[in-house]
Amino acid sequence: MADITPRPVPEVVRRRRFLLAVGRHAVLISVAAAFLAPFLFIVFTSLMTSQQAVTPSFWPRPFQWSNYVDVFRRIPFVTYFWNTTQIAVGATIGVLVSCIPVAYALSRMRWRGRQFAFVLILSTLMLPFQVTVVPLYVIWVRLGQINHLTPLILPAFLGDAFSIFLLRQFFLTIPEELSDAARVDGASEWQIMTRVIVPLAKPAIAAVALFQFLYSWNDLFGPLLFLGGNQKLWTLTIGLSEFQSRHGVEWNLTMAASVLFMLPIIVLFFLAQRAFIEGVTLTGVKG
Amino acid sequence: MAPWILGFLGLILYPMLSSLYFSFTRYSLLDQPQWIGLDNYVFMFTKDPYFWITLRNTLWIIVVGVPSRVAFGIITAWLLTLPRKGTRTYRTMYFMPSIAPPAAAALAFVLVFQPAFGPVNQILRGLGMREPPLWFYGPGSSKWGLVLLGLWGIGDAMIIFLAGLLNVPRQLYEAADIEGANGRQKFRHVTLPMISPVIFFSTVIGIIYGFQLFTQAYVASVATSGSSVTDVASNIGSPQNSMLFFSVYLYKTGFQDFRMGYASALAWVLFVITMVCTLTIIKGSRRWVFYQGGGFR
Repeated sequence: MADITPRPVPEVVRRRRFLLAVGRHAVLISVAAAFLAPFLFIVFTSLMTSQQAVTPSFWPRPFQWSNYVDVFRRIPFVTYFWNTTQIAVGATIGVLVSCIPVAYALSRMRWRGRQFAFVLILSTLMLPFQVTVVPLYVIWVRLGQINHLTPLILPAFLGDAFSIFLLRQFFLTIPEELSDAARVDGASEWQIMTRVIVPLAKPAIAAVALFQFLYSWNDLFGPLLFLGGNQKLWTLTIGLSEFQSRHGVEWNLTMAASVLFMLPIIVLFFLAQRAFIEGVTLTGVKG
Repeated sequence: MAPWILGFLGLILYPMLSSLYFSFTRYSLLDQPQWIGLDNYVFMFTKDPYFWITLRNTLWIIVVGVPSRVAFGIITAWLLTLPRKGTRTYRTMYFMPSIAPPAAAALAFVLVFQPAFGPVNQILRGLGMREPPLWFYGPGSSKWGLVLLGLWGIGDAMIIFLAGLLNVPRQLYEAADIEGANGRQKFRHVTLPMISPVIFFSTVIGIIYGFQLFTQAYVASVATSGSSVTDVASNIGSPQNSMLFFSVYLYKTGFQDFRMGYASALAWVLFVITMVCTLTIIKGSRRWVFYQGGGFR
């Protein structure tokens, strides 16, 4: 092997590289500041007095921490929080329970009509929810489930096209030999799914769970439609707008409620950042 | 498979067909649907001024919003490929707004862009602008507010573009360097074709979601109109109907006025327009989307 010593970098080039790096970071940091500024603004406004919140000032003076207590006094925040949690957790469990077997059948088993079923699922992805919403509403009215949480949780147990699609794409990347080995050992399809595929597909499953949780947590149309008439069942997305009236918006309390509403999502994001980012990548690149 | 078949029949196929049927009826939920033939569609196209406003607003937000999100997604993803250190931290910061709940984000943007005391207009005034836009409070600028809100939450698109950019084989750039290509040529002839599938994907998704835009528009419009969130009846789409999008108008006709036949007709028109747009893009894509495998999908 020849002895390779790196060529010494001339001083001028080194300086230029350094300046370039500084310049790049300066751009990156200012863009980051623009992305984060609204968050700061929300937090600061949430600590202002209601008079100060409608002035051009940026820094709370005084810091009115009691806004966060007032949110709980003025609206049934705990109830809304609990309703939202029930819907989000319920729908997430539902999607996992229903979509994993379907995705498994679509990707790891051979049966007649498989291709057709897959195309059907894909085409429902394109279907705007508005097309089905009126009859769905009528169905739930007939079943007496308007102003119940059921219409927002139960459908998840019957499958979701996007989640099925995402899981299927991931399942396809798992080598078939693993299943074959398990089959030789006498494992049933169900056992292969739960013992071999699911443990290997954790990133995709985590992503699907996160997306569903986020979707349910953030949804406004569904709760407005099905729960709008019963304030006891309102979710946080509806409750956020309760500090508005004809006299204007109470921005400080609205923002305090927004902070409390966003907090679980942000915590979740930092706990599961990898699953988030891998999941988004999965939807785009494999799609 | 069984639950999904049940779900498909109960939650998709049956509702689809019955919504098609409802679209030819007058139906208020209280009494039986009454067959009126094409009346809903005739009314929609010839007599309903709100329909055309809705259509114009929806198309506007797609024509402006989707390309700007694609461009901004590529720019931010490209920025993230620049530094040698700290990429993860930057990525986290750029991505974070996209997980902010749309309802909360929309409220925050109404405040940040508040014309009188919001920080954006203060900055604009500081820069010497005499009459900065009214943003969410003005019919001419409210949709721009929504576009900016969409750019703030670029995160998900950005991550997909980032993966696309990182997937471009290094050898291609090296080859281009040898040929003496400059930065712009490299972008135009190497990067762009290589990430065209990603551009295609996010355009299609952007169009589909654009037609369904609801939460942000509804929340912002309620906040500026000073009505309550469950009862906005006359103020829906304010200021001056500039925020009237398909989903918003459908919500009003179907679930506040309980004109469910007409709402179904609106939904089907939306569906057909979405399909036509998506299929046009898919067809046209053969000319500009390049798949590394060599084939077309």
